[in-house]
Amino acid sequence: MSNGDEQRDSGYDDFLDAIEDGEPYYLESPSGNGWLPPRIVDPRTGERDLEEADLPETGEVVAYTTHYVAPPDFADDAPYVVAIVEFGPVRVTGQLRDTDPDDMEIGQEVEIGVDRKESDDERLVVFYPV
Amino acid sequence: MVNSVRVAGVGMTPFGKSPERTAREMFADAADEAFEDADVPREVVDEVFYGNFMGTFAERQGHQGPMAAEAAGVIAPSTRVESACASAATAIRSGVNQIRGGQSDVVLIGGAERMTNLSTPEGTEALAAAADALWEVRSGITFPGAYSLMANRYFEEFGGTREDLAHIAVKNHEHAVDNDLAQFQMSIDVEDVLEATMVCSPFGLFDCSPMSDGASAAVLVSDEFAEEHDLDAPVEITGSGQHSDHFALADRASIPETPAAERAAKMAYEDAGIGPEDVDFLEVHDCFTIAEVLALEALGFYEPGEAITAARDGETWKDGKLPVNLSGGLKAKGHPVGATGGAQLSELTKLLRGDHVNSDAVEDAEVALAHNAGGTVASCVVHVLEVDE
Repeated sequence: MSNGDEQRDSGYDDFLDAIEDGEPYYLESPSGNGWLPPRIVDPRTGERDLEEADLPETGEVVAYTTHYVAPPDFADDAPYVVAIVEFGPVRVTGQLRDTDPDDMEIGQEVEIGVDRKESDDERLVVFYPV
Repeated sequence: MVNSVRVAGVGMTPFGKSPERTAREMFADAADEAFEDADVPREVVDEVFYGNFMGTFAERQGHQGPMAAEAAGVIAPSTRVESACASAATAIRSGVNQIRGGQSDVVLIGGAERMTNLSTPEGTEALAAAADALWEVRSGITFPGAYSLMANRYFEEFGGTREDLAHIAVKNHEHAVDNDLAQFQMSIDVEDVLEATMVCSPFGLFDCSPMSDGASAAVLVSDEFAEEHDLDAPVEITGSGQHSDHFALADRASIPETPAAERAAKMAYEDAGIGPEDVDFLEVHDCFTIAEVLALEALGFYEPGEAITAARDGETWKDGKLPVNLSGGLKAKGHPVGATGGAQLSELTKLLRGDHVNSDAVEDAEVALAHNAGGTVASCVVHVLEVDE
């Protein structure tokens, strides 16, 4: 659910801005665990000193699925493919672009990007095959 | 000495489509039946815990604690408990803790959900609110979608097919055929499941629990209260556990495993002083076919990767070695999300007492278990029930 075009969500919109600026990042704890913002603590270890680290340029698809039934704010986007992609120590969820689901495979390499939805022009995280 | 908790009475509405019925109306009926079954007067209730997930969206109704108590005819402290699809079991656990801690002798628990007044896309949107609103929902992920990711990852790591999953839906439909409270009292076959309209790969319509309306309730009492009032309450809640996991599926250490359920089960087993080998039958949260597989593995009945064939091999059928979802489960009984945990308690209590239509399948059974999960099992509640011999 969106709060309108102007209202930002800190952390989330910062992450999307960084992708658009060509400098995507994640938050890394001293133990090496990776997380998406906003966070002040590593939920696995309790460490509080998280630092921004460069997101690896490519990631690997660990799971994907084609959605045929969509919520109203994705009605014009369906069918679409949602994937979880592993970029080193952090995993990101987004939609796959430029890919026929029948040709997809777990393990496929992708790059991260930002696109806009057909349904309402909101931004979202997407992945392009390498 | 901790007070022990008995189930004095249970009630539930038939699950199904009744889009015109408000949640308060349905809960009133379920509670009425529970009081009748318990033979306990309303005025002795010390506290109410009521599960509901999407009422603020579906009925534009917040502040449902006092609403639910009033509908049930009870004047008592009353709280709405929300933990997505595990709301009602979380309400049960709140009641159990109250009685064990000595704060209450009589607690009314349960839940209600009205879903079919929404269109399927609206309902899909409302349910998606149980996922991570920033990192999942904004990618268009739905609940069938999230569980599809778990299923696809399960297939990748452990193997398994859509056909294996189909056997789970077929079994749960078969178990519901004689259950008048179930939404779908009809048999289906594997072909029906495989050929159904696709919702989200690998799930067709029959891999998914339906949108449902309904309510459930139970009157829980302390052992002492049951004795003093000479109540016929042979079922005891001997174990209770609850746990959590990383909120977003992507952040889990292993996508096709549900450690929140594993941890909740460990707590409940230790609490009851039993292990999975002592459980005679159970109700698990089969919101999607794969969910039954993940539950049976997390609860310790199967090793990871091995429960996928349990239904196909007949092990979890009514006449199998470990009957699972004798009520029809969420798949066939229906899944009004905020009522589901209470419905599991209601069905298990009747099965143990011998007054359920499927009781014959578990005639000599003494120990039953309920597994109720929220979201993609970011939260989970497990209860162990035992019946006096």
